[in-house]
Amino acid sequence: MDFSYSEEQQMLQDSVSKFISTEYDWDSRQAIAKSETGFSADHWQLFAELGWLTVPFKEDDGGFGGSAVDLIVTMEEFGKGLLVEPFLANTILAGTLIAEAGSSEQKTELLTPLMEGNVQLAFAYAEPQSRYELANIQCNAVINGDEIVLNGHKAVVLNGAAAEKILVSVRTSGDACDREGVSLLWVDANSAGIRRESYASVDGQRAADIWFDNVTLPTSNLLGDVGEAIDVIEMTIDRAALAICAEAVGAMQMSLFKTVEYSKIRKQFNTTLSTFQALQHRMANMFIEVEQAKSILLMAAMEMDRLDGKAPKALSAAKSRIGKAARLVGEESIQIHGGIGVTDELDVGHYFKRLTAIQFSFGSTDYHTARFAAS
Amino acid sequence: MNIDFSADELAFQQEVSTFLAEEFPEEIRNKTANSIELGKDDYVNWQKILAKKGWAATNWPVEHGGTGWTPTQKYIFGNECAKAGAPEVMAFGLKMVAPVIYIYGNEEQKQRFLPDILASNVWWCQGYSEPNAGSDLASLKTTAVREGDEYVVNGTKTWTTLGQHADWIFCLVRTGAADVKNQNAISFLLIDMKTPGINVSPIYLLDGSPEVNEVHFDNVRVPAENLIGEEGKGWTYAKVLLTHERTNIAGVTDSKNRLKDLKEKAAKTSDGMPGSHSMLSDNHAWQQKVAELEIELLALEYTELKTLAAVSTGKAPGPESSILKIKGTEIQQTIDILNVEMAGYYGLPFVRDQFMDGFDGVPIGPDQAAASAPIYFNNRKATIYGGSNEIQTNIICKAVLGL
Repeated sequence: MDFSYSEEQQMLQDSVSKFISTEYDWDSRQAIAKSETGFSADHWQLFAELGWLTVPFKEDDGGFGGSAVDLIVTMEEFGKGLLVEPFLANTILAGTLIAEAGSSEQKTELLTPLMEGNVQLAFAYAEPQSRYELANIQCNAVINGDEIVLNGHKAVVLNGAAAEKILVSVRTSGDACDREGVSLLWVDANSAGIRRESYASVDGQRAADIWFDNVTLPTSNLLGDVGEAIDVIEMTIDRAALAICAEAVGAMQMSLFKTVEYSKIRKQFNTTLSTFQALQHRMANMFIEVEQAKSILLMAAMEMDRLDGKAPKALSAAKSRIGKAARLVGEESIQIHGGIGVTDELDVGHYFKRLTAIQFSFGSTDYHTARFAAS
Repeated sequence: MNIDFSADELAFQQEVSTFLAEEFPEEIRNKTANSIELGKDDYVNWQKILAKKGWAATNWPVEHGGTGWTPTQKYIFGNECAKAGAPEVMAFGLKMVAPVIYIYGNEEQKQRFLPDILASNVWWCQGYSEPNAGSDLASLKTTAVREGDEYVVNGTKTWTTLGQHADWIFCLVRTGAADVKNQNAISFLLIDMKTPGINVSPIYLLDGSPEVNEVHFDNVRVPAENLIGEEGKGWTYAKVLLTHERTNIAGVTDSKNRLKDLKEKAAKTSDGMPGSHSMLSDNHAWQQKVAELEIELLALEYTELKTLAAVSTGKAPGPESSILKIKGTEIQQTIDILNVEMAGYYGLPFVRDQFMDGFDGVPIGPDQAAASAPIYFNNRKATIYGGSNEIQTNIICKAVLGL
């Protein structure tokens, strides 16, 4: 039994942590979030140079290793800095699909430039009616010879505006919620018939709704076997869920830390907030939540790396528990800060926003509790 | 990063499991499985079997007859015992007073007391709490006044668990200054329960059991040689003892067993909803509660493993272990109430007899359903004893968060 990181993981953590503490202070982060693209192209290049964009991939694919523990090491540090660069959408969502389902030609065409920081990708899977049911797909792709015609509407696509190439889950056969008949393809974002409406999300990141109107593309843009994509999509979404669980753990630690520090300086009734037991116990409860969240995150990451088929249940346990912790820590941080906590100016409210977004992404807390119970 | 045991540890786990299968008495196993209260003899018999194997004192150093196990071995042993339904050893002798004796006692005291504790020849009880000193233990008032070679002890100790069986009691007493808050006036004294002037009266708990007692001391004359260490240092010794007492405080394996049992029974119990004809285990609200509980337990298991991993590398168990106490007891109590909920009407019958040793009638209700409410009532103690959960929360505030 050993809960320590490997030497490589330790170096990775140090490297990300150093970037966040030296290059990603609060004002810089806010300036980037409010910029036109919502992320820094310079930072993205730096991430590529430092090798961070290879973290989710196996060595055979030119990656860092691709273990779930590698992933949480990185994401936890990103969570501390509330990073807005589209790491998740590019490397974990789009990247995992390409690495798992793509042919070697497709890996060369898409994965290599992704790891080099030369292309922006996104994965469009959710639809207005689907919520968390990944097979609930109305986006329809008709295959005619070596050509595909794509129609439909994808909802809240992370990095949907900046993406140059978009991976799309589509229905090639069967009824709306059938697991059979789900296929995966990629499309150039500038193709005729694509309309994108982009917006900021509540947590300072960027997303878009995307409409496909008779978009034509070659069948060589299909990833994996036709109609058989649901398993790889589910696995990818679970990995993304693990990633944001780790991000939440990082964000919660910072939110707790900032709250505790603030309570030691803020004076009311001639004494600091930290002297009131009503507030002390709330902060202790936040600490317990963070520790339980850290523990179950490690459990889920180790279970994912075991590859023994128990990963979905373990992930659901983690997402459920961490969602509960994220809600408590986010809300309590605001409450203990008082009025200043609900201003846009202070960072603590933005941790709260990201923690809220995490709770409802890739399956809500209740969704994962129910999935845990059913598995 | 991995949570696998080493080959040696796996071999050890196998050894423990084989030993339990062969040596743990069927009679005690049946009692535990059927919610029958264990008596003094059950504990003593089992502890003597452990002593014969050399496994009674898992936390003692080898020189005094302990096992010298690593933290991981102790963890494995505790787990395997819980899996087998074997009770933990009575803590008062083996885990509480013994470390104080072998760390702070003199050579004569070690010779005199340790062998009988190791062999479970003597039953010890704890004399800390008093009617007006609960969580605020340092405000205790029992006095021990030195007269020649003796201390004269007066006062009342309370919540003395199974004190009715005890041969000896270890007490925190006030020597010297009458300043009630002064922790430097507290001493650690060993007292023979047969000494004239001691009177034990039972306190009946919500489940009807006389599990705890009041112990009254009326001019009890105790030889001065029974003082451990120095006068006025008792508080320090007791605190050291408390940090020794943090192993298995989370009760993870026991809760896992109980949760498994709960789920099995829920699959055989109607959910009672009009027209549903389905089992409780299929009821959405029930599933949600059980799943949340199971997930919390899973998180706690890894919190415990993290603590264990830290202790294994030589770090002292930090104030984080307060989490184990808080979460462990909350989970136990949640299982308690879910059992009551599952019992439905059969949570109502209060028939203590059928959970006593030797009952030979026909039990009321199915599957020990009638034990559920008494267990729930009794175990409200868990968040109160051992430093209440609010005290544990204070420890986190002070020692971890610096508040």
